[in-house]
Amino acid sequence: MKISNSWLREWVIPGLTTQELADQITMAGLEVDGIEKVAGDFSGVVVGEIIACEQHPDADKLRVCKVAGHPDGEMQVVCGAPNARVGIKIPFALVGAKLPGDFKIKKAKLRGVESFGMLCAQTELELGEDNDGIWELPEDAPTGADLREYLQLDDETIEVDLTPNRSDCLGVAGIAREVGVLNRCSVQGPEIAPVPQQIDESLPVTLLAEAACPRYVGRIIRNIDIKAQTPLWMKERLRRSGLRSIDPVVDVTNYVLLELGQPMHAFDLEKLSGGIKVRMAEHGEELTLLDGQEVKLQEGTLVIADEEKPLAMAGIMGGLDSSVTEGTQHIFLESAFFSPLAIAGKARSYGLHTDSSHRFERGVDYRLQEKAVERATQLLLDIVGGEPGPVHLRELIETMPAERHITLRRARVEQGLGIQLADDEIIDILTRLGLEKIDQNAEGWTFLAPSFRFDIAIEADLLEELARIYGYNRIPSESFTAELEIDPRPESTIAQDSLEQTLLSRGYYEAITFSFIDSDSAALFDPEADPVALQNPISAELAVMRTTLLPGLCKALQYNLNRQQNRVRLFETGLRFVPGAELHQEQMIAGLAYGNRFAENWTGSKDSVDFFDVKADVEALLARTGVADEFRFVAGQHPALHPGQTAKILRGDREVGVIGALHPQLQKKLDLAKPAFVFELSLEAIGDGKAPAFRPLSKFPEVRRDLALLIDADVPAASLVEAATEAAGETLTDLKIFDVYQGKGIDLNRKSVALGLTFQHSSRTLNDEEINAALDAVVGKLEQKYNASLR
Amino acid sequence: MQDLQSLTEQAMELVEKADGLAALDQVRVDYLGKKGQLTALLKSLGKLSAEERPAAGAKINEAKQQVQEKINARRTMLEQAAINAKLAEETVDVTLPGRGEEQGNAHPITRTLKRVEEFFTGIGFTVENGPEVEQDYYNFEALNIPAHHPARAMHDTFYVDPTTVLRTHTSSVQIRTMEKKSPPLRIICPGRVYRCDSDVTHSPMFHQVEGLVIGENISFAHLKGTIDQFLRAFFEAEVPVRFRPSYFPFTEPSAEADIQCTACGGEGCRVCSGTGWLEILGCGMVHPNVFAACDIDSEKYSGFAFGIGIERLAMLRYGVNDLRLFFDNDLRFLKQF
Repeated sequence: MKISNSWLREWVIPGLTTQELADQITMAGLEVDGIEKVAGDFSGVVVGEIIACEQHPDADKLRVCKVAGHPDGEMQVVCGAPNARVGIKIPFALVGAKLPGDFKIKKAKLRGVESFGMLCAQTELELGEDNDGIWELPEDAPTGADLREYLQLDDETIEVDLTPNRSDCLGVAGIAREVGVLNRCSVQGPEIAPVPQQIDESLPVTLLAEAACPRYVGRIIRNIDIKAQTPLWMKERLRRSGLRSIDPVVDVTNYVLLELGQPMHAFDLEKLSGGIKVRMAEHGEELTLLDGQEVKLQEGTLVIADEEKPLAMAGIMGGLDSSVTEGTQHIFLESAFFSPLAIAGKARSYGLHTDSSHRFERGVDYRLQEKAVERATQLLLDIVGGEPGPVHLRELIETMPAERHITLRRARVEQGLGIQLADDEIIDILTRLGLEKIDQNAEGWTFLAPSFRFDIAIEADLLEELARIYGYNRIPSESFTAELEIDPRPESTIAQDSLEQTLLSRGYYEAITFSFIDSDSAALFDPEADPVALQNPISAELAVMRTTLLPGLCKALQYNLNRQQNRVRLFETGLRFVPGAELHQEQMIAGLAYGNRFAENWTGSKDSVDFFDVKADVEALLARTGVADEFRFVAGQHPALHPGQTAKILRGDREVGVIGALHPQLQKKLDLAKPAFVFELSLEAIGDGKAPAFRPLSKFPEVRRDLALLIDADVPAASLVEAATEAAGETLTDLKIFDVYQGKGIDLNRKSVALGLTFQHSSRTLNDEEINAALDAVVGKLEQKYNASLR
Repeated sequence: MQDLQSLTEQAMELVEKADGLAALDQVRVDYLGKKGQLTALLKSLGKLSAEERPAAGAKINEAKQQVQEKINARRTMLEQAAINAKLAEETVDVTLPGRGEEQGNAHPITRTLKRVEEFFTGIGFTVENGPEVEQDYYNFEALNIPAHHPARAMHDTFYVDPTTVLRTHTSSVQIRTMEKKSPPLRIICPGRVYRCDSDVTHSPMFHQVEGLVIGENISFAHLKGTIDQFLRAFFEAEVPVRFRPSYFPFTEPSAEADIQCTACGGEGCRVCSGTGWLEILGCGMVHPNVFAACDIDSEKYSGFAFGIGIERLAMLRYGVNDLRLFFDNDLRFLKQF
């Protein structure tokens, strides 16, 4: 909402500068977004009158004018505007004038003809958008008057960014009322007296959508002069509020909208057949709107219709066919109350947003309609003349908004706000805001909410009004007291933070990628899934909800590689969105490693990271759980990963994650020079761990024995370890694979595996026989099960 | 005894010349050993008379003693030199960087979230989480934002289907928590939120921390106190804070808290669009309709809620000048935190 400072001050006069006023209303909840001068900086411009106008002898497009307005008499001015002609009044920048942009007007010679000053277009003075020629001022503009004074240009536009609850301030009257309350001063608008009817004619109005439109005021005005000019002062006020002048009728309805906050509409009376019907649109009805757009009306859209057809989309936009045009002689003025619920969301569903819909969906004063019609009539008669009919009101009492009676308890003020307010002050603030005290008792009062405040319905609303006017910043800051209890924090629950710390200390940086990705990436990483798609994505790049965190990490990898960051370790935690009968939103932790195993260093190898580096990182995460042995890595397949370097991570039988190298095809597609290794785990699955439990330490010596075995190459190490552990018996305390070899000297289908076994008894020293027996058992078992042989 | 004199001198000279422990030991063997030359002198004592023997023996022993002491001293010196040589050899360039994995960093958003969480958990708040694909009911309806409410236009919501949205704020977690738990409540709800808006100052995904306190006699003054204290703790400065009336359907009264611009100290600059103030969070007293939706008696309980934009806080705290940097995941950016 934009209004000019001078317009506001016609209603209310606080002893404040514009800036102070802006600060004051900002702090009362009407946030001022900006204060702008209504005109460019200029001086030395007067109202000029063209007395003579002749063709320039040497230039087709220039004219030589004699212009009145200079204190010293007529001046010769060369002008290029096509509309320069005798008799018009125009802004005349005298020699010595300064125009916006620090442009000084000097005596000049144009193609040999002397010119003393300049005739100005609106744009040259930053006074409007009209750039077609010099600005034609009204005929009655006083020649020689300073233009700034004449147009009252020493004024500012105040732009207020209103929250949706404050529809009452979508008019000068409302903001003035608020300023009045804040400064405890009187507010006085223009006198609006009923305009007596001159003809006895009115249109019948039928309200068929009772809840959507319970109140409708109409008035006929016959024999207007549509050719009349909107007065400059009105055009200027509209301009300063950001509206363009259209024709005098539209300008007046717009003026009333800005002044009082009541959206109005004027129909061409001749184009209406029969009376007005306010009803819901019927199936298949169409309407051409004022802006030329043809729309198919949805059922449930409130329309203003005549006997035959819809004329206007109620409260949103008028129709083209029934609109006021250059040929209009008689008009029908509409000033109605449409309920917010009937309008809310409707405009948007047609892709529309108008000054009218903006107000109706937030709430327009349901007692304002007659006043607005009277005001519009008064203004119209002054400009376009005509003969008004009676003000015709139709009202459905039953469906009018209910009166809101609100009880305010004195004790609640202190309880809710933490301040004590005197009774007088409470009543003064609320009364100035338009509430009416209708009852009181020992505990407090009952107020009637004003018809223009749709946001005041309950006691809490009154507390807000009191706090707002009293001043939020005068309310003290206090600490609250609370009864504290210790919350259970199971030690077996592994904090996400500790998992994150584990990866950080292993050289990973934390990334945050978007939860929505492009559907191609989604399909590359998870072709089976049908990811949740947004109905209104911001772009195709951010269109579906990720079912894995890996695409985002790969994108971040590419981003870094493109910036010469060639060693990348990234991880992310966040939800993935797995579709199914019910959408599963699962918290994941995922990582990616690319490039050299170690950051470039004087000590280090230049080897690339491989599967086992990343596996160690995952094992470090699993170690945090305290139950690492519950997890298993099993060779597996994943559409985005290398078929020979992928493992599913299982906890018991449940798959809780995956680790692997990107599939070489995907690697190529992503334009990665080297393999990238990734992992992803369910945080919930690894967050469920175990508190430590102590096992006594043996006082007896431990014995280590090594075995070198040849086995078939395709036997997984884990199977070997499992079988060996089982066969070795209870005294085995540790089993390590300390060497794996395949190649020269060994059968192509075999591999050599070296096992280191540690034995220890809890209560005595083991003897050689026992240990040898255990080793024999291991070898026997491995021979039998995996065709192993000692090397 | 001429012999003794010269032998001793000879031995002493050789000790002096010995340049290693082995050479030194050879001198000891040669002169003091069982077959050593000085030892041999003792054996020749038998040739002397009984009267001469004690004095001569004493002299020889004295000479042996002298040589032994000389050897001991020399040995200590050589051992020390050997240690010193070894130490010199083992000296490293301590200015070379250490070996091993570098240390990664948490994302600045996470870092900021955790700081915020710590301030509040430190005074008895608990952390609550909720889904990001959220039902319209939790994101809007229960928060007193019915369908077609004009406030919905402020939210630029992403829709999954007509009744399912990407949550536009973490306020939805308020409702889920109030359904589960009974007052008194002190919770914060951190997390990702989504709005259909993308330009230099808006990201379609960003982070919020929602806070909620419900108890008996919780007032607007308590809200102000909590926010004041938090902002001062967060910025580690006595930043002036102001509260402006605002509008959120789920709070009444509602407020927006501004801090004095950290870039210009309130003078007015580009960061604060010349106003001297920065909008930092929205807050208010929980609306009775929200209590009603969660079956909490608003006659008995009152409460306040606040919603903090984490990106904004992180940008101000660390001087980050472009919102988009947070989601590029550029290592050169991440390494700075």
